[in-house]
Amino acid sequence: MPQNADNVLDHFNLFRQPEYKEMFENKKKNFENPIADAELERVREWTKTEEYREKNFAREALTVNPAKACQPLGAVFAAVGFESTIPFVHGSQGCVAYYRSHFSRHFKEPTSCVSSSMTEDAAVFGGLNNMIDGLANTYNMYKPKMIAVSTTCMAEVIGDDLNAFIKTSKEKGSVPQEFDVPFAHTPAFVGSHITGYDNVMKGVIEHFWDGKAGTAPKLERVPNEKINFLGGFDGYTVGNLREVKRIFNSMGVEYTILGDNSDVWDTPTDGEFRMYDGGTTLEEAANAIHAKATISMQQYCTEKTLPVIAAHGQETVALNHPIGVKGTDEFLMAISRISGKPVSAELTKERGRLVDAMADSAAHIHGKKFAIYGDPDLCLGLTSFLLELGAEPTTILSTNGGKAWQEKTEKLLASSPFGKNCHVYAGKDLWHMRSLLFTDPVDFLIGNTYGKYLERDTGTPLIRIGFPIFDRHHYHRYPVWGYQGGMNVLVWILDKIFDEIDRNTNVVAKSDYSFDIIR
Amino acid sequence: MAALRQIAFYGKGGIGKSTTSQNTLAALAEMGQKILIVGCDPKADSTRLILHQKAQDTILSLAAEAGSVEDLELEDVMKVGFNDIRCVESGGPEPGVGCAGRGVITSINFLEENGAYEGVDYVSYDVLGDVVCGGFAMPIRENKAQEIYIVMSGEMMAMYAANNISKGILKYANSGGVRLGGLVCNERQTDKEYELAESLAGKLGTKLIYFVPRDNIVQHAELRRMTCIEFAPESKQAEHYRNLATKIHANVGNGTIPTPITMDELEDLLMEHGIMKAVDESEIGKKASELGLTAVA
Repeated sequence: MPQNADNVLDHFNLFRQPEYKEMFENKKKNFENPIADAELERVREWTKTEEYREKNFAREALTVNPAKACQPLGAVFAAVGFESTIPFVHGSQGCVAYYRSHFSRHFKEPTSCVSSSMTEDAAVFGGLNNMIDGLANTYNMYKPKMIAVSTTCMAEVIGDDLNAFIKTSKEKGSVPQEFDVPFAHTPAFVGSHITGYDNVMKGVIEHFWDGKAGTAPKLERVPNEKINFLGGFDGYTVGNLREVKRIFNSMGVEYTILGDNSDVWDTPTDGEFRMYDGGTTLEEAANAIHAKATISMQQYCTEKTLPVIAAHGQETVALNHPIGVKGTDEFLMAISRISGKPVSAELTKERGRLVDAMADSAAHIHGKKFAIYGDPDLCLGLTSFLLELGAEPTTILSTNGGKAWQEKTEKLLASSPFGKNCHVYAGKDLWHMRSLLFTDPVDFLIGNTYGKYLERDTGTPLIRIGFPIFDRHHYHRYPVWGYQGGMNVLVWILDKIFDEIDRNTNVVAKSDYSFDIIR
Repeated sequence: MAALRQIAFYGKGGIGKSTTSQNTLAALAEMGQKILIVGCDPKADSTRLILHQKAQDTILSLAAEAGSVEDLELEDVMKVGFNDIRCVESGGPEPGVGCAGRGVITSINFLEENGAYEGVDYVSYDVLGDVVCGGFAMPIRENKAQEIYIVMSGEMMAMYAANNISKGILKYANSGGVRLGGLVCNERQTDKEYELAESLAGKLGTKLIYFVPRDNIVQHAELRRMTCIEFAPESKQAEHYRNLATKIHANVGNGTIPTPITMDELEDLLMEHGIMKAVDESEIGKKASELGLTAVA
């Protein structure tokens, strides 16, 4: 045996020992119905052709590796942003295990979330009893201040009515009548995680502003000077929200972050377990009705929420995940215009520093081609930044982007000479992206962790920006918003560019004429 | 403009729901009301008499074609028929596959989100058969239909269905605002039909809002894919539908929370009116031959 207690081999090395090599060989031969290597190679090469790409894009009935998740994931993301709030997902347990593990793998923090644990009988008779028992258990065991209910496929297919179920549960004493149980229907087979975020945020706002499901009078808006802030579904929420707070404070503007999940996904290790931490207080959520305006950082995450807010008399501003100088300018100028306060000297200086850094590195980024995929707003933000860096965002793909997003992105491309010959793909998946990386090669790929398979297949270096990032740690702690955030994104892009230059110039006496210390 | 009125027609399959509802709504349109009909039946025949054809472009068939319901536009699915009545059919799967209930949920969500209810006075849901699952209860959820009209007749099974539908309404009435608007009896010329319908309405805590007599002209109109209101506006039958429309129009806010009865009570009701004879408990489950009865032709 290659493995023994005196010299324990890690799996990296263990599986390369002859015994294991032989075992894998036999497994392939005897059980995997192998085809000849030459044939394998022929098909592999064929998948790189224009011909294959055409067939790939004609694909109708199959999605391969969609770059999106389902509504309830976004629902949980939004719900944990409120003070001592536990997300309650009406459906079966496995679904909830997925949301919890998905977030924990990204944020490296636990995510509290409960399920109504529906099983076969609930699918037949309806999930009312699961709701009654589930709410009572959650209330008694986890002592939340609010329970935010969303749904999964199963509950949606059988047509469970959350409004009626929650009312009945309250009548049966699961939770006190006045206890806050906002809800949103979030069928996983409709839209994506950004739709789920939108639905829950709308549900919470309607709950607090429109009379708490008939248990309190509707709130009357008495306008004040505050600004509400909606971040949208964002893998950088920990770093971003802290940066946004710093920006508001720097300008002396009063604000409310609706759905502040920056602390719950970054609890310190100091001996105390925090099931809940931070979050928008319920009072703040209610009082947000009085604000002067609401700024959403992600238009496509708040398509239903913003009209509800606007209907209560506030101005609403929707941005597209602003990254870089122009995007941050728009964000800060919106705050400044609404509040009547100037952009602070501190921030103005930061802008200058970012512009300076961009100029210092321009020679290396200028003209480089990029492929980007991710959520629709993130794609827009990154595209805008790349254009101002003089890079070419050749391929932009969003599985959960629609026609309107595509048009908006094309308009953005048309506004810059660097956007020429760049293409936007709405509703396509990562297998489409694979074809595009072969037929329209780029220098770098920007995407989430799943992009590493594309990197391996196509040899296109991956810059990890997006959600989820499972295979690198702690990036969620860095902001990508604000001028400081732009600086981070710039550095991540440059790091990869320089790594690649080093990799291409490091063969001794062959290519090391350019293996320079200074870049 | 008055507040949007949302109503729904439920009833046993084949009872004449779609015919009754379309005639009534055509009459309401004559009275100047702007109407939207939402057909919640996979057969998609709830608007045939208004459109003069079976709706081809149902929400779900177009959504299946386009790939997802988000890719649809309201104009694709909304058709305008007799008296400017707007018609939408949710459609649904072929018999035996898929989930028609989910189809109803999807369709109604689509219509609400795309502003289909703007600029109309009435939204009317025409729902197939019983409230068999959560999906078919969608129109009676809160903020949907305020009043439900159950179309029934003097036949035992139609009354049984009416009672079942009342149970569905009751489930949502306590937590929401849905109410039973009344029964509409579509005459089948069974024994003592009017009296039976009246007393069932009484038991259910509602009223018989109208008794629509049987008239062959309905059949003639239907063969021509028209309502009586359009086909024979001067006919007596058209007048009946107008009366029903007037009653429903005036019935706003008069709905009640139904008090469904048990199967035994329903049987008692039939006995009370002499439709069914009291049967000795010992005879239950015995064949005619065992009881020494001659077969009844």
